[in-house]
Amino acid sequence: MEELLQVKNLSISFHTYNGEVQAVRNTSFDLHRKEVLAIVGESGSGKSVTMQSVLKLTPCVFKSGQIIFEGKDITNYNDKQMQNIRGSQIGIIFQDAMTSLNPTMKIGKQITESILRHQKVSKAEAKTKALELLTQVGINNPEKRYHQYIHNLSGGMRQRVMIAIALACKPKLLIADEPTTALDVTIQAQIMDLLAKLKEEVGCSIVLITHDLGVVAANADRIAVMYAGKLVESGTSDQIFYHPAHPYTRGLLESIPRLDASHNTKLTYIGGTPPDALNPSPGCAFSARCKYAMRICRQQAPEDREVEPGHTCACFLMDDEAKATREKMGWEVKL
Amino acid sequence: MAKYIVKRLIISVLTILVLCTVVFFAIKFIPGDPFSGPEYTEQMRQQLHELYGYDKPVWQQYLSYMGNLLHGDLGISVYYRGRAVVDIIAGAFPQSLDLGLRALITATVVGIGLGILAALNRKKPLDYISIIIAIIGISIPSFVVASLLQYVLAIVFPIFPVARYTSFAHTILPTIALALPTIARFSRFMRTSMLEVIDSDFVKTARSKGLKKRQIIFSHEVRNSLLPLLSILGPTTASLLMGSFVVESIFAIPGLGNYFVESINTQDYSLIMGLTIFYGVFLVTINFVIDILYGVVDPRIRLGGNKNG
Repeated sequence: MEELLQVKNLSISFHTYNGEVQAVRNTSFDLHRKEVLAIVGESGSGKSVTMQSVLKLTPCVFKSGQIIFEGKDITNYNDKQMQNIRGSQIGIIFQDAMTSLNPTMKIGKQITESILRHQKVSKAEAKTKALELLTQVGINNPEKRYHQYIHNLSGGMRQRVMIAIALACKPKLLIADEPTTALDVTIQAQIMDLLAKLKEEVGCSIVLITHDLGVVAANADRIAVMYAGKLVESGTSDQIFYHPAHPYTRGLLESIPRLDASHNTKLTYIGGTPPDALNPSPGCAFSARCKYAMRICRQQAPEDREVEPGHTCACFLMDDEAKATREKMGWEVKL
Repeated sequence: MAKYIVKRLIISVLTILVLCTVVFFAIKFIPGDPFSGPEYTEQMRQQLHELYGYDKPVWQQYLSYMGNLLHGDLGISVYYRGRAVVDIIAGAFPQSLDLGLRALITATVVGIGLGILAALNRKKPLDYISIIIAIIGISIPSFVVASLLQYVLAIVFPIFPVARYTSFAHTILPTIALALPTIARFSRFMRTSMLEVIDSDFVKTARSKGLKKRQIIFSHEVRNSLLPLLSILGPTTASLLMGSFVVESIFAIPGLGNYFVESINTQDYSLIMGLTIFYGVFLVTINFVIDILYGVVDPRIRLGGNKNG
């Protein structure tokens, strides 16, 4: 019972006019208690879908896999059963607080709604709690804000309200789905600091979905990298940042602009585009863009390999047979 | 807010003024006059013109009409000899208002309800039923619907009285006939705007709070879907309450609808003017009320002021 959330071999599809889109393919990960796990990946890599499917907020098809939350298998929970988990056990923060909050409902009511739904308290008690929450997330003059609407607030404040709603019932898990993407950099830092502070106060675990490695570096205990619906590498922050194993992770880290680079250095990027999720190739999804790709990469999908304890990577380059290739392509030098 | 109301009032008065002027000159420029029929001799025509003041230049007639208007005098009807226009309106409007209000309430409740149900059951039988009702309501003209209702439910199966407007049972068929096109329009509008809200991010947030389905529908979805509907509510209200020529004729209701058509047919200058002004004032007033309602329903809309927290 050390794990709060276990996702095992999860596969999720969407049915569209063009056919079945395989958004998540055979993905597994664990989340420990009071841990911050960052899921990193580019747009469309399936990171949001994976976490929203834990709450069953998206109308998608579960093809296989299991979701175990607090030791209970919630994979086949219906909407009624999920209602008791949403908000009270698992809270979620969305990217754009402007559209994610109801424009015609007072901020206070949007918070108390959740409290009244999950806790047996009177309206007055709920209001007191909501005011405490507003103070806790750093909103000045909560009594005034309580009676205002979101259009009265700035972007950063809206995201704070969003956080207050997600944490209203002290959930055990907080999913932060790109919480800082819509904010400017100074506010981003404030919101991340706030999340770190609240995590200690509430004692919850956080799954941080983001494509911003800068946000991840300072805040995550562990990092999982997703590419084309698959988890390609996962490990502790140090392992991922100092010893990245998967060529995709390496590409991402190399793409971060460096302040200490000379001014005429060109920005590095990963060439090519993400694969078509409608008909994925049988091989490794990244093989088409991978400069280390071998013949086997295009024929067969790699399994997870343990690079060191707690650090797994789905790449054939990790095998002993690929040692020659690694040396030839200059892989070892980088490590 | 007070500043806004005053501003709106001034604009409203100007609107009515322009309306009066345009209509006044327009009807004067239509060829012929109320006394151009073959039953009048040249001499009679001249006497009548003098009596009504139609022999004076048009601008003089205009000034004296506007002068009378300020005193609330809409003049004497030409066709309905000797009856004041004000009396005609006062006598016929209550019936139209009564029927119109019934139709408006029915259309709002049924139309919005149908729209909500259709949106919640997207692409299911109920959705298709609502589409069928909407198509019937919009495409079949009201004289067909009214006649059919009358024939089937009053003559073949004598459940309701055939015509006239004296008891509650008499009101049912005309109400349905008058409300049907509006039900159709409201339900389509509501469905579209509700579907938009259902797919919006804040509904996802509401679901992520673990709220019950009913709670989400009523406190988040319906309220936000109603906003676009307010904009068509104004003109709809005015046209329903002002009476319908077709429905009132078929069910023999002594309402205002008949006079609109009759006044044009007989070139009854004073009655045309009176009805136009009455309709205009009514429409302007209702739109004004709706604009204020907007501010009540949607907190993002601040009327006039810019008080920002």
